Amino acid sequence: MKKLLLGNEAIARGVYEAGVTVSSAYPGTPSTEISENLVQYDDVYCEWAPNEKVALEVSLGASIAGARSLACMKHVGLNVAADPLFTFSYTGVNGGMVIVVADDPGMHSSQNEQDSRFYARSAHIPMLEPSDSSECKNYVKLAYEISEKYDTPVLVRTTTRVAHSQSFVELEDRVDVPLKEYQKDITKYAMMPASAIHRHIVVEDRENRLKADCNDFAINFEEINDTSLGIVCSGIEYQYIKEALPNASVFKIGMVYPLPIEKIKEFSKKVDRLVVVESLEPFFENQLKANGIECEGKNLFSIQGELNVAIIKKALLNEDVEENVKDLPGRPPVMCAGCPHRGVFYVLHKLKKVVCADIGCYTLGAQPPLSAVDTVICMGASLGVGQGFEHARGKEYSKNVVSVIGDSTFVHSGITGLINAVYNKTNTTLIILDNSTTGMTGHQDHPATGITLKGETTKKLLLDNVIKACGVDDLQIVDAYDMKAIESAVKHASEYDGVSVIIAQRPCVLKIKMAKAPYKIDNCKNCGMCLKIGCPAISKKNGRAVINPVQCVGCGLCEQMCKFGCIKQED
Amino acid sequence: MNILIVGVGGQGTLLASRVLGGLASIKNLDCKLSEVHGMSQRGGSVVTHVKIADKVYSPIIAQGDADIILSFEELEAIRWQHFLKKDGVIVCNLQQIEPMPVIIGKAEYPEAIIERIENSGKKIITINALEIAEELGNAKCANVVMLGLLAKKLDIDFEDIKKALLQIVKPKFVDINLKALEKGYNY
Repeated sequence: MKKLLLGNEAIARGVYEAGVTVSSAYPGTPSTEISENLVQYDDVYCEWAPNEKVALEVSLGASIAGARSLACMKHVGLNVAADPLFTFSYTGVNGGMVIVVADDPGMHSSQNEQDSRFYARSAHIPMLEPSDSSECKNYVKLAYEISEKYDTPVLVRTTTRVAHSQSFVELEDRVDVPLKEYQKDITKYAMMPASAIHRHIVVEDRENRLKADCNDFAINFEEINDTSLGIVCSGIEYQYIKEALPNASVFKIGMVYPLPIEKIKEFSKKVDRLVVVESLEPFFENQLKANGIECEGKNLFSIQGELNVAIIKKALLNEDVEENVKDLPGRPPVMCAGCPHRGVFYVLHKLKKVVCADIGCYTLGAQPPLSAVDTVICMGASLGVGQGFEHARGKEYSKNVVSVIGDSTFVHSGITGLINAVYNKTNTTLIILDNSTTGMTGHQDHPATGITLKGETTKKLLLDNVIKACGVDDLQIVDAYDMKAIESAVKHASEYDGVSVIIAQRPCVLKIKMAKAPYKIDNCKNCGMCLKIGCPAISKKNGRAVINPVQCVGCGLCEQMCKFGCIKQED
Repeated sequence: MNILIVGVGGQGTLLASRVLGGLASIKNLDCKLSEVHGMSQRGGSVVTHVKIADKVYSPIIAQGDADIILSFEELEAIRWQHFLKKDGVIVCNLQQIEPMPVIIGKAEYPEAIIERIENSGKKIITINALEIAEELGNAKCANVVMLGLLAKKLDIDFEDIKKALLQIVKPKFVDINLKALEKGYNY
């Protein structure tokens, strides 16, 4: 049966068909839908872990114990999981193990555009890269075969356009793979210097075998057409090339590490001009050059952003396209109408705090008119960064610094930062924006929601207990829709000598679909105060503020802004 | 057949692409769809690419290669107009949604967008889908009104698009959606 599937759905299907029985992941765009689709298959144990490091450890444990297993994450998630990754390369697998890593060239929903192919190279782990949904499924299945044949974890890299595009996939049946026998072997699975020294030799030997064998892998292939131009590419760029340069000869790399150097060398001899077309870093180009293969690449293309058909045509055919209309107002993403983060950021902006924020929807608090955020670095960084401000500029200055983190991100990697704040006697003020979900990635559960990926209820991680257990004595819990309460809590926390935590509670408005009556504005005095909270439901019509009743969810923040009492809830 | 669907996060632009994908499946044609998830969805400018042909490679429509741009909002129509083919057509919903820079007075919503697009030599058809949907009793089915008009412009048989739509919508919303589809188709 043929079905139109997202790249991520196809990966989930491939994992299912490959007989995998254990999967662990942390959500992150563009990888989230893999787990969300895998959960439909009862034959696969499938979970959300608190972070990517734990996810990878659970899956590698399952592999050592004899099962085929999966871990998936976005590119920056692999940084979090890098520690187990590098040593897992040494131990190798028992049951086949695949790690899916989703890169985001162009940063549609990320804080950087790192190129994860370098992880494959530095951890000496083979990496495959599919170019459409059908390949997503097939490559994942192949990855399990390679994993078991070569005793190695295998990375499967996707990019946003592959992960979030739909194309047709032929569905096949699941193959049941029996659990492999587990035998205790500390020389393979307990990585201390004495055993790791020997395993490093195994890793090098494995890579040399793969370097030789991959020249015969069917996923690395050439298509000879017009030989005046030869293109070397992988992943989504292959699809762009087929559209932009239908007559060119192409070498498609299916295994992006290690590279089939001998086969590419043969290809290079058949074409007059060789151009490497790859998004982000010159990963292929540099390896080709190091192996004496003359080629062009980043002299024609930027390392920034994603490539597309128009960019390729411009670079190789010198074809121009119509430019876009300049000077149009942008339409950046905004916090939703009724978003419980809005009031907190308005208060922080009003109090002129230095705000060390974190990763989640609340990065939107950096945009005007809220303009409240100073720093955004990575998952969990809000706490450490805030403490750095204090140690650099002193206790008095730190009264003006606030760290802000979401509930899911706090569980992911904020807790250790909070422990550090207490342990090293800081004056940290932390606000946890508790919307009871992982918002930005589309409402995934996590330990503090008390619900698993399978939808089962479980013991709920109580944030207030965790905070107290970290040694925090000053904890305040406020309603995220009550700006007066937030302001007084922040003022108290700033003056408090020691670590203070404020939990601002309200569920994500997209998740609960609040059914409160909308607000309306009568006799508007045109003071503009209600526009300062940046609610997309409020705009100006003929010099007066109006509320769009379709968008308004009745959170009531605007009523708190109006000094003239002109904003009232409809009956 | 390349269809670029543009609008503002929350307008229901994804429905049209899913229906068209279902249609390709019914017609046994190759099809690729591309959409944006995550941060870009939160009230931002959203774009969905739909490509249907005997064989499709890139899931993304190249600049200057869209047969139809289905725009749910006026500013988004002009923002994406350079994706249109020379003989293509823009189908635009007459709705203006102010982006945050306009709401807070840092920018002005452009005037006479439809005229500007026409003056650049492009063909544009306008419809007030929201008004039609409200008359039918549910503002949320404006996207199905748009889909109906799109199907007409693509010369898709009404029964085919109806069949594809019915595969997607929930049973309790079938009646209103079929009415909306007809209104758009016969616009």
